[in-house]
Amino acid sequence: MPYIPHSDADRAAMLKAIGVSSLEDLFRDVPAQARYPEINLPDPMSEPELLDYIGAFGQANADLNHFICFLGAGAYRHFIPSVVDHIVSRSEFYTAYTPYQPEISQGTLQAIFEYQSMICALTGMEVANASHYDGATAVAEAIVMAYNVQRKKRNKVIMSPYVHPEYRATARTYVQGLGLEIVGDDRQDLDAILNLVDEQTACVVTQTPNFLGEIEDFRGVGDRVHAKGALWVVVADPISLGLFKAPGDYGADIVVGEGQPLGNPLNFGGPYLGFFATRERFVHKMAGRLVGETVDAEGRRGFVLTLSAREQHIRRERATSNICSNEALNALAAAVYLAAVGKCGLRRIAELCYHKAHYAAKALSKVRGYSVVTTKPFFKEFVIRCPMPVGELNDELLEWGIVGGYDLGRDYPDLANHMLLCVTERNSRAEIDYLAKALREVAK
Amino acid sequence: MTEPLIFEISRPGRCAASLPECDVRPSALPKDLVRDELPLPEVSELDLVRHYVRLSHLNHAVDTGFYPLGSCTMKYNPKVNETLARLEGFVATHPYQPEWTVQGNLILMYELQECLKEISGFAAVSLQPAAGAHGEFAGMLMVRAYHLDRGDRGRTKVLVPDSAHGTNPASTAMCGFEVVEIRSDKRGNVDLEDLKAHCDEHVAGMMLTNPNTLGLFDEHILEIADIVHGCGGLLYGDGANLNAIVGVAKPADLGFDVMHFNLHKTFSTPHGGGGPGAGPVGVTEALAEFLPGPIVVEEEADEDEGPYYSLAMPAKSIGRLKAFYGNFGVLVRAFTYIRHLGASGLRRVAEHAVLNANYLRVRLQDAYPLPYKRTCMHEFVLSGTIPGAEGVRTLDIAKRLMDFGFHPPTIYFPLIVPEALMIEPTETESLETLDAFADAMLKIAEEARTQPEMLHDAPFTTPLRRLDDVRAAREPKLRWQP
Repeated sequence: MPYIPHSDADRAAMLKAIGVSSLEDLFRDVPAQARYPEINLPDPMSEPELLDYIGAFGQANADLNHFICFLGAGAYRHFIPSVVDHIVSRSEFYTAYTPYQPEISQGTLQAIFEYQSMICALTGMEVANASHYDGATAVAEAIVMAYNVQRKKRNKVIMSPYVHPEYRATARTYVQGLGLEIVGDDRQDLDAILNLVDEQTACVVTQTPNFLGEIEDFRGVGDRVHAKGALWVVVADPISLGLFKAPGDYGADIVVGEGQPLGNPLNFGGPYLGFFATRERFVHKMAGRLVGETVDAEGRRGFVLTLSAREQHIRRERATSNICSNEALNALAAAVYLAAVGKCGLRRIAELCYHKAHYAAKALSKVRGYSVVTTKPFFKEFVIRCPMPVGELNDELLEWGIVGGYDLGRDYPDLANHMLLCVTERNSRAEIDYLAKALREVAK
Repeated sequence: MTEPLIFEISRPGRCAASLPECDVRPSALPKDLVRDELPLPEVSELDLVRHYVRLSHLNHAVDTGFYPLGSCTMKYNPKVNETLARLEGFVATHPYQPEWTVQGNLILMYELQECLKEISGFAAVSLQPAAGAHGEFAGMLMVRAYHLDRGDRGRTKVLVPDSAHGTNPASTAMCGFEVVEIRSDKRGNVDLEDLKAHCDEHVAGMMLTNPNTLGLFDEHILEIADIVHGCGGLLYGDGANLNAIVGVAKPADLGFDVMHFNLHKTFSTPHGGGGPGAGPVGVTEALAEFLPGPIVVEEEADEDEGPYYSLAMPAKSIGRLKAFYGNFGVLVRAFTYIRHLGASGLRRVAEHAVLNANYLRVRLQDAYPLPYKRTCMHEFVLSGTIPGAEGVRTLDIAKRLMDFGFHPPTIYFPLIVPEALMIEPTETESLETLDAFADAMLKIAEEARTQPEMLHDAPFTTPLRRLDDVRAAREPKLRWQP
């Protein structure tokens, strides 16, 4: 029997020691009418059968190793150094749990401490937690934190329309029981959004690069938000922070984002990790696990989970969040990635994205029938207007072996026939030229 | 044994990644937006590998030793699950690819939904939640939405037993409900009188773990369900302890209206040092349209083609709980496990998890106080108040266990047992391992009486000795700084 080591003799000896005569006797507290129902699952499979059966599901997909990909929109195909998978595949890491017992968990604890330190460096903030479920939930938890920082007295949240649509939707799910109102994402420009900030505003949420790929001009935003006593939450692409200014350096109070681009594969949307960083003065309102440095009984440096009076297992209904399990292994991958590419490598990757995306925008702007509508500075994504619905265009592009961009009409009615294209360091010049050719042919 | 920080082995100019040259003409960078410094480490690939491999050696893990951490179900994580979840056909798929290009993923998710429905007896399942607490939050939002949808706005309270996991009251509060704590009775069940006294038209529902955190199956489960339903409330099941009854009973048959599954507990996906997990939610027919989405639905088959699978939002969905569709990589592992074992295998899982726990209980109950003297389910709770060793605390026992090569049980939880030691062996451990653990526990009970100072000073053989939690909290040092 898979994974159950008991021999018949073991079972008999154990039942005897317990003083019962059968396994069924152990379940007498379960109401008789509910005990041993019929369960219609397919028959068990052996390992070789499983490998064939489940493997066939994978083969039924058109995976991106067989296509040229220009799709991003919150999940990105970046290069992952081989060392990342080798480290996160070590079962000393992946078969451990939350490091409650620090004397035998220093591996996980120190790795998280290093992760926290790298996220602080990247975002320009002072404290970072051990991770949230993903970028969307990190945004939602940032909003709840801002609300708690304001002692639950401000119930308005102002959200840019160019925060990822699914992050906005997730935030709305999170606050539905708390009486918070999320507004602003029906507006068009940053100035109009900032005009909504008032004394009832808990926080303002903006994204950089925004969902359309643009780096908006955030100069003066912090002052306008803080003038009304609100907090400023910045959602950032961590790869972009290899090149662009850290939000902590221009006045953000909370910096969150999707950590997937840091060494985590696409995996059809998960598991990913949400990174979350803030100022030291807010640390007691922060959610999630935190690792701190201390010493052991012999004075040696070591690491422990700390400030847990914020957390559900101590504070119960007064906790800052209900989060318990997080995305520790994905955070480990992010840390290994950041250490592997390092200071110079991350800058280099970000520049490659920037240059290739700009090359692509120039190339596509010359293709008849399409126009590049992005005018602000952008990073690795930009928007083109297409001569046909994006869904149709993408089906055509698949015939060319290309996974095309994101259909912005899904979320922005005025952007029907607009496609968000993503170019990373994984896309060669030849691929970009080929995309231009395919678009040209498809439009004919 | 300590390892320097990655920042401390950093040397300017080193890089462990090999990156391509730029093959396009560079564009001008927006100078005023570009950052000046980026204080990340600079290490060679060998430095990097040695650093993390050394760190890995400092961990206790299921693959290195027994890990009877109560309520966490630290069972063996099968390697075939890992092999399949790492297939490029899954890993290299983008969540926004056209649905027809990812039918393999969608069928797998659909089949997993169907399996979880059959295992639990629920009418519908959403795979969205990323963890157990996330599933609880989803479940309680559905409870809220259900009442509001019926125009019932007066249900503000949620009943939570005093033995509940901390996530239960925390999830309840995140939905805007008031938490009302319900006492446990002398046998470790919910106190029915206290429950009845709190059930009225203001009750939205009750969150119940069964078996509960004492490892005891509530003997009045059907009555509890009747009482809660009788006042118009819904019964939420915390599926953290499903390993005790999977294949033996269906939660829906016990009266639960909604429950989350911890795929990283019952269904063997690894805990990852704290995550990722997955916390799908199952519900009765009455709640199905409130499920978080998207979920995967099967569409009518065309005449000559097979069925087509697509993503859909339930009609009155509470909304999305995260971006995309759930922790897909975790779902692949759990589905592999379920198809490997089948219904008969799952029943054997529960039976042997309960067998192992009772065996350990019987071996230890004379040396350590057992506050609730009943047949336990997949785990049991002892008290560390060893007779004749008054100066020794549960923390000391836990630390000493490490010297014997074991991960300690969950300690100081549940809160209703003083000096609690919550022990969950899981079904994947052999009789020899259980005996070795029991022998160690008995030896420690003896040491507690004869050499209490040694227990206060333990552990001795671990990479580090006891760590100073107080100092970590008083002078928080939460990042490396140059």
